[in-house]
Amino acid sequence: MKQKDFNLVIVGVGGQGQITLLRILSESALISGYDFKASELHGLSQRGGSVEVQMRFGPKSSKIFSPLVSQAKADFVLALEMHEALRALYYASQNTQFLINDFLSPIPGQGSLSKPEILKEIKKFTKKIKIIEANQICKEKLGKEVLAGIFLISYSSFKNLIPLKPNSILKAIKKIIPEKYLELNLKAFELAKSF
Amino acid sequence: MEEILLNKPGKKIILLGNEAICRGAIESGVDFVSTYPGTPASEIGNVFWRIQKEFKKINPNFHFEFSTNEKVAMEAAAGAAFSGLRSLVAFKHFGMNVASDFLLTLAYSGIKGGMVILVADDPSCWSSAQSEQNTRFYAQMAHLPLLEPSEPQECKDFTKFAFELSEKFKIPVIIRHTTRVSHQSAPVLLGKIERAKKEAKFFKDPQQFSTMPPRVLEMKKELFEKIEKIKEIAEKSKINKIYQGKSSLGIITSGVSFLYAMEALKELNLKLPVLKLGFIYPLPENLIKKFIKKLKKVLIVEELEPYLEREVKILAKDANPKLKIFGKEKEPIEGGRIWKERKAILPAIGELKPEYVLLAIAKFSGKKLKFDFKKHLEKFLKIKVPPRLPIFCPGCPYWFIFSAIKKVVPLENVIFGGEIGCYMMANHPVVKLQDYLYCMGSSAGIAHGISKMAKQKVICFIGDSSFFHAAIPALINAVFNKSNPLIIVFDNQTTAMTGHQPHPGVGKKPEENGVEPIKIEKIVEACGVKNLKVIDQVAQQEEFQKAIKEFLEKDEVSVIVARHPCLFVQKK
Repeated sequence: MKQKDFNLVIVGVGGQGQITLLRILSESALISGYDFKASELHGLSQRGGSVEVQMRFGPKSSKIFSPLVSQAKADFVLALEMHEALRALYYASQNTQFLINDFLSPIPGQGSLSKPEILKEIKKFTKKIKIIEANQICKEKLGKEVLAGIFLISYSSFKNLIPLKPNSILKAIKKIIPEKYLELNLKAFELAKSF
Repeated sequence: MEEILLNKPGKKIILLGNEAICRGAIESGVDFVSTYPGTPASEIGNVFWRIQKEFKKINPNFHFEFSTNEKVAMEAAAGAAFSGLRSLVAFKHFGMNVASDFLLTLAYSGIKGGMVILVADDPSCWSSAQSEQNTRFYAQMAHLPLLEPSEPQECKDFTKFAFELSEKFKIPVIIRHTTRVSHQSAPVLLGKIERAKKEAKFFKDPQQFSTMPPRVLEMKKELFEKIEKIKEIAEKSKINKIYQGKSSLGIITSGVSFLYAMEALKELNLKLPVLKLGFIYPLPENLIKKFIKKLKKVLIVEELEPYLEREVKILAKDANPKLKIFGKEKEPIEGGRIWKERKAILPAIGELKPEYVLLAIAKFSGKKLKFDFKKHLEKFLKIKVPPRLPIFCPGCPYWFIFSAIKKVVPLENVIFGGEIGCYMMANHPVVKLQDYLYCMGSSAGIAHGISKMAKQKVICFIGDSSFFHAAIPALINAVFNKSNPLIIVFDNQTTAMTGHQPHPGVGKKPEENGVEPIKIEKIVEACGVKNLKVIDQVAQQEEFQKAIKEFLEKDEVSVIVARHPCLFVQKK
């Protein structure tokens, strides 16, 4: 890893597993010997609200102080839902890599946006955009949409979008995911490898 | 085995700030933990609830409880500490309001063992409906030591230090943190779990535990003397840190703000001296004076009201009258407006963000920023992202209460009183049944005043956990002083909003030494309410509507207990 902090933001809606994903990435950073800070918000997440978690990590020589990513300072944004990708643009610059789950969750009573409308806005900030139908893929191949998050962080690692090695992600998944769900989650990891 | 209970000194594990508080208490050999759930402090209760059985193998006398409210939780924790034990009580900032009646007296008497009071403030109101508070002022008012950690490792270390300080001076010690500390995770170095054998015994000592004039004023004097001694400790304590720099400009900061300040200095490649305060009350005044003596300008980086800034202004009068002090503006401004105003100041409303501190330090030190944050913000604000407001889960039993009300109540003529819990989401545009919202227990208290004097009908909502927490006195008041609100108790058999903790209405599980549920309807009946019905609003929809209609016509207080379990309770 280059001698610099890596700033990561995960956005989505309640129930998509952001906090579990953050714990896996944190554990993976610890295994990799990085200094890191992570920030999660609890409270209304179970009630369909937006959920945003963040992590900053880097080599031990560069001490990480703030748990929060600064405005326009994200290196990587994982958006588990498309509207939420827009909210994460606060952290985006032309250097920010977006990985977006091709999934729209309507916003009741507030007027939702379409996929082209959303992408048009994101492109004003960065051209580094990858879109994957992770919900669709996980539903078809594994029978569960909720695995999209694990699939996408594994994918990010395999494709070098984040400086955390697949092996450390795998170890972290085994530590964080409870026994009874582990097999399915490991399948999501493997699926990302071959994708 | 739960990782948080590992007795492996030297090992590093990842902990959330709140979990690190728990670990600090565990390493300190805590005997008693009480709480009332409230985010951003909820995890502290949840952790002890989960590990209590396993922790009892290490400390057989350990007791954990969800108390009925924060005042009771604090009183119980004090009782344990009066008996010579170490106790921890934890809650969010509103909890301090509830407990404050007891707190101010407790400061006078002190304790026998060790007692730590953990308060989680919530700048920006991420999970708080009622208000944004700064608990530092309570410490000043009550004359109780207050420590402020900035990251998980400090959460653990400060908790251990707080127990030692508390036990040494026989005084409760407050640890105050904020959302970005309580919900910040990072590697934490474990220490040893101590297993001191202690016997709990209350020794009669009215000199210490009974307040009354003239003794009470002597006690106040003793408290002041304790604080003077603790101040001496604060002056030398490693809990405060000075980061040396080469400049006549300096920074004074604490808590999460310290992290943002250090990040900004790193980014700007600046070497300013930084004083990080862990002791917020009593303040190490000599240390601060020494720090500001050689400075020309100082920037105070802190969240919410300018607490440290005011203190530094007072100290500078003696130590360095020419010192220019920067911090908050006279008129408090909201965080997001900072870029637009282009000023080297910090907001007094809402939490700080790293970029606010970066801009403030850049302006303060005359450094130019390479990046145009203002332009970026303007570009971002042009995007119209519809807000995702929190709403009841699909299938939530509360939906049936609202739909029944909408069917049978003349909405324009009735006032709807809200309260704290999931049902405060009745303010959502699709429900819109909330004409006022204050604190727990207040919906019925206010309803009494309105219905008594304005002669308008009030339907007020009270949650089941809320009912036990603070609603009973308000209910009795409405009966005793004769008014006619219709109270609907939203009984979903759990404390849902904060993560499904139990409450007295559902009793205790056998593994927690099983206690029979305390029936809300029996309490209501005992309060003298004649119009009372318990109805499952999902299974008996028509009956529920009929009851509302009937009770709306009553000239006395009426109560409907709408009992149907939360979806998450049903799943368990």
